[in-house]
Amino acid sequence: MSTDAVLSDLLTQARDGSRRALGRLLSQTETGDARAGEVDRLAIAEQGNAWVIGIVGAPGVGKSTLTGHLAAAAARKQPATRAPRVAVIAVDPSSPVTGGAILGDRVRMDAIAAAHGVFVRSMAHRGAAGGLANAVPIAVRVLGAAGVEVIIIETVGVGQVELEIAMVADTTVAVMSAGWGDAIQASKAGLLEVAEVLVVNKADQPDARAAQRDLEQMLDLGVVAGGAAGWRPPVLATVATSGEGVDALWSAIEAHRTWLERSGELDARHCAHLRHEVRGRALEGISRRLDAMLASTDIFYGPDTPDDWARRLESRLCGGHGDPKRPSSPGMPAEGHDITRPEV
Amino acid sequence: MGDPEPVRVLLAKLGFDGHDRGLKVVARMLRDAGCEVVYLGLRQTVESVVVAAEQEDVAVIGISMHNGGHLTLGPKMVQAVANAGLGIPVVIGGIVPAEDVPKLTDAGVAAVLGPGTPVEVAIATVRAAARSARALP
Repeated sequence: MSTDAVLSDLLTQARDGSRRALGRLLSQTETGDARAGEVDRLAIAEQGNAWVIGIVGAPGVGKSTLTGHLAAAAARKQPATRAPRVAVIAVDPSSPVTGGAILGDRVRMDAIAAAHGVFVRSMAHRGAAGGLANAVPIAVRVLGAAGVEVIIIETVGVGQVELEIAMVADTTVAVMSAGWGDAIQASKAGLLEVAEVLVVNKADQPDARAAQRDLEQMLDLGVVAGGAAGWRPPVLATVATSGEGVDALWSAIEAHRTWLERSGELDARHCAHLRHEVRGRALEGISRRLDAMLASTDIFYGPDTPDDWARRLESRLCGGHGDPKRPSSPGMPAEGHDITRPEV
Repeated sequence: MGDPEPVRVLLAKLGFDGHDRGLKVVARMLRDAGCEVVYLGLRQTVESVVVAAEQEDVAVIGISMHNGGHLTLGPKMVQAVANAGLGIPVVIGGIVPAEDVPKLTDAGVAAVLGPGTPVEVAIATVRAAARSARALP
């Protein structure tokens, strides 16, 4: 059988409920080479229609436990069929030194998720810039093509990853715990700017109500952007270990979905997601070429500045054309269209 | 980075067996050797391990045993993997008396790694098992 036939056979099996076939297909998305492209092409042709929910938050706030309960709540609402209707992608970091990873999210979500037939897949980020595995958007399309209707992506919310997840997810949920910090913490850029649903987990702890109140006040001040105008992120309280508040959280996520669909924001968002993904993949290729060029270039201090070196490399990389934002660069008019920053 | 495609290994303990220190050390060891370790931890069943192995598409299943149940659960694990048509090798680590090792390998366990196994040997064993898994159709 040709590769195409093998993949298409696997997809048919996956739709019939074969966990093994779906597992195999997801491994293809992680190869980072032509095989990922082949499986993506196949998945795109199927035009799956999965709702993608991103869960972000600092380590230890209860994301995995909450994700397990949320997946179960979603599964209870979906009609049972042979193929899984709800899937979780749990992303953990790879070691930058060895490339190895410990993927431990199943420990906290497996029992509850398994009881409801949720398909759980762990992914190492494999050094992807931005912290989300490059395979994630492809894996989302593969799961959609296999008939999955709800996909929950759980990731470690540190640094750039919040933005990355918001560029894949339809609804981004930020999880905090009681005693997570004060108003100033909340004003810091990052997590709260992309969140469309806010959760104070460990709500059985003291200070949970204070945390909720702080967040509501932040919303009053307009500090939490909520991704788009016209949607005020709800603040919910949960106790992930007991499942308390999870049904209300699921309803809030559904309300956001309804709002996205009715406001027309969903199409705009999908368009922005696609542009962001294309930009990321183009950057990867460019950065590989830059690394190769750097490896073969003898770079030293003075009289040139690091910036001079950078412009020279950039100019060589772009075939003599420099940064259009810099009018002094040779061979490029000042008003050149800025292709380095697509509007995403 | 290590391997272009990291070896994915599942690690679990079966049944009523609370000693997971060793398994955590092995997880760290394999991570440092460039493997992606899907860590299931305590109180798994052969069924839950099979489901996770399918979803995660792992190349090797590593089971840690410290409760004397290896002669019951080892072959049961191998059988469950075979019944699911997976062809994924099962490696057992932990406390297994020397006279039980051949019984386990006869039952289809790919390797048994006892206390004191050098790190290099453990890693080489897992890699060899992963290669044998990939060689299957």
